[in-house]
Amino acid sequence: MNEEKEKGNILEEVTSSEYKYGFVTDIETETAPIGLTEDTIHYISNKKNEPEWLLEYRLKAYRHWLTIEEPDWALLNHPPIDYQNIIYYAAPKQKKELESLDEVDPELLDTFKKLGISLDEQKMLTGVAVDAVIDSVSVKTTFQDTLAKHGIIFCSFSDAVKEHPELVKKYMGTVVPYTDNFFAALNCAVFSDGSFCYIPKGVRCPIELSTYFRINAANTGQFERTLLVADEGSYVSYLEGCTAPQRDENQLHAAIVEIITHDDAEVKYSTVQNWYPGDKNGVGGIYNFVTKRGLCKGHNSKISWTQVETGSAITWKYPSCTLLGDNSIGEFYSVAVTNHHQQADTGTKMIHIGKNTKSTIISKGISAGKSNNTYRGLVRVSKKADNARNFSQCDSLLLGDKCGAHTFPYIKNNNRSSVVEHEATTSKISEDQLFYCQQRGIDTEKSIGLIVNGYAKEVLNKLPMEFAVEAQKLLAITLEGSVG
Amino acid sequence: MLLNIKDLHVSINGKEILKGLNLGVNKGEVHAIMGPNGTGKSTLAAAITGREGYEITSGEIIYKGEVINDLAPDERANKGVFLSFQYPVEIPGVSITNFMRTALNAKREFLGEDPIPAGEFLKKMEEKKKLVDIQSKLTNRSVNEGFSGGEKKKNEIFQMAMLEPTMAILDETDSGLDIDALKVVANGVNALRSEDNGFVVITHYQRLLDYIVPDFVHVMYDGKIVKSGGKGLALELEEKGYDWIKEQL
Repeated sequence: MNEEKEKGNILEEVTSSEYKYGFVTDIETETAPIGLTEDTIHYISNKKNEPEWLLEYRLKAYRHWLTIEEPDWALLNHPPIDYQNIIYYAAPKQKKELESLDEVDPELLDTFKKLGISLDEQKMLTGVAVDAVIDSVSVKTTFQDTLAKHGIIFCSFSDAVKEHPELVKKYMGTVVPYTDNFFAALNCAVFSDGSFCYIPKGVRCPIELSTYFRINAANTGQFERTLLVADEGSYVSYLEGCTAPQRDENQLHAAIVEIITHDDAEVKYSTVQNWYPGDKNGVGGIYNFVTKRGLCKGHNSKISWTQVETGSAITWKYPSCTLLGDNSIGEFYSVAVTNHHQQADTGTKMIHIGKNTKSTIISKGISAGKSNNTYRGLVRVSKKADNARNFSQCDSLLLGDKCGAHTFPYIKNNNRSSVVEHEATTSKISEDQLFYCQQRGIDTEKSIGLIVNGYAKEVLNKLPMEFAVEAQKLLAITLEGSVG
Repeated sequence: MLLNIKDLHVSINGKEILKGLNLGVNKGEVHAIMGPNGTGKSTLAAAITGREGYEITSGEIIYKGEVINDLAPDERANKGVFLSFQYPVEIPGVSITNFMRTALNAKREFLGEDPIPAGEFLKKMEEKKKLVDIQSKLTNRSVNEGFSGGEKKKNEIFQMAMLEPTMAILDETDSGLDIDALKVVANGVNALRSEDNGFVVITHYQRLLDYIVPDFVHVMYDGKIVKSGGKGLALELEEKGYDWIKEQL
């Protein structure tokens, strides 16, 4: 009932079509010189007091990056990115190590409040631990004590490098090597911070782990990376939310997320991505080039991706699963909304290697305005993947007649005992549906919000409750002004 | 007068469907509109509720003393005009509960009231479900998705009961109903009849009018009301058929 109530309220609350998170926090930042050279990498590594091995890793990645070209196969149009005109590192200046929240810059805390993130003890009641990342550096991590009791490590990537170098060394780059693609290589060279999470054997993480990323300083690319390791028989649900303030320049974001699940382990990874999409005329907005991949390394392991993508001027993102362990399961649930001049090319890869592996893909694309929304997916079944199963469903919903929806489902099946199913639909919000809602007193915009949320329900239901509410709000806000 | 339609002309894509229709409904009255297919009965319902594409070329629709020709459909609805659809529309993923709460709160917002408290809403749902014999399971399902013909029509009357309109138009609510469902629907409508509201019941057949007894019966033909009378007219029509009307013209 509460859920229903929330859903009802959301649609009422939504009245403003301006980007809600368009504010700039005035925090002194310390930035690297503009552009990218080996010096930049030395600068970043030095700032972070990194060990030699990590600097070497960065430099290898950088040298590889120099040899490769930016990919152009996605259905995306944007002016060439000038990689020498980007600031690769910005950290909020802090005088000393902080003991408690009281010592955190009040402006920073205020930013979190505007975002609806509270770092205080109230979070305990909602069962969420937040590792907040502003402009690349983790500011404050909560609930580490609670987590420590279970032996769970949840900290910033930098801390992990210092305190758990053996784990970082063992897993970093094993799912997404720096040679993987252009943006992954770039991230490996210049990543500033991110999150690290390790769930030990047999531990079921008692709370939802949450990280908020937010791009704040002007002209700063954000290159964070997340490494999540679930040891045998463990479970964790991990939430990632993103917002960025309104700016006229396009900002580059190239993140890496790596997940590893061992035998019988399960990771549920949920994202709500709401970065600044640019204005109605397509000016500004985030370029979001992200490499997310999970490796179901162990038998009976499971990785489930859920994403709600409403933001960014450009989204290039394919959260994938490599199903190596026998009986492992990969899932991808996605809602991608584009409005005005937004462009999204997103989907997943399910690579079946182990026997009896299963994957499910549910993708709901919603395009409005003059936007373009592309689903791109690959289901690959290797020779050895006996009895592999995949089910894919890719639906597209169009609002108006100036937007585009595209579907590129690739299937490479090398095993005769496997079953791969693909379903796809394309539909428009019908005038009948709109009139039916309006006749019940619901205005056009709320009607669209209602219909679209209904359309995406199958995916929204996969989100943890507190995210589902935010996601529904975002869908409605994103589509404001898209009709009539 | 609750609803006063004066010399209404309505075109769809430039083709005139209603050709000077007059109709007056007072509070507390039930008017039945009968007539053969293609005479403009559903067009009348669409014009009153403000559906896009139904162009009023001349004439007036006056509701509670206000000309509503140019009001948006949701505004008319929130002022108390309700249409029970001939073909209720499916809205996948939106539960009836959610749909009704959204609609009810839209109306309350329109009237400057606060959203309905959860407890009150639930109580109201329970009460109105009984009225049309709707199972609780049904209200958790998506609006009209996979509903039987009878369930769809019951759901329309249920929504009417929830929204408590002043002016309700029932467009062929009897079509596709078996006799038991017809009785349930009719009983629901009768329970909602009061001195404060009016009904326009559009139907092909006299049979619905055995259960929802009208105060007036109008016969439509070629975009106009060509004959009006008391409930006896419906029986006469049933007996003599629509050709009898045509012969009289």
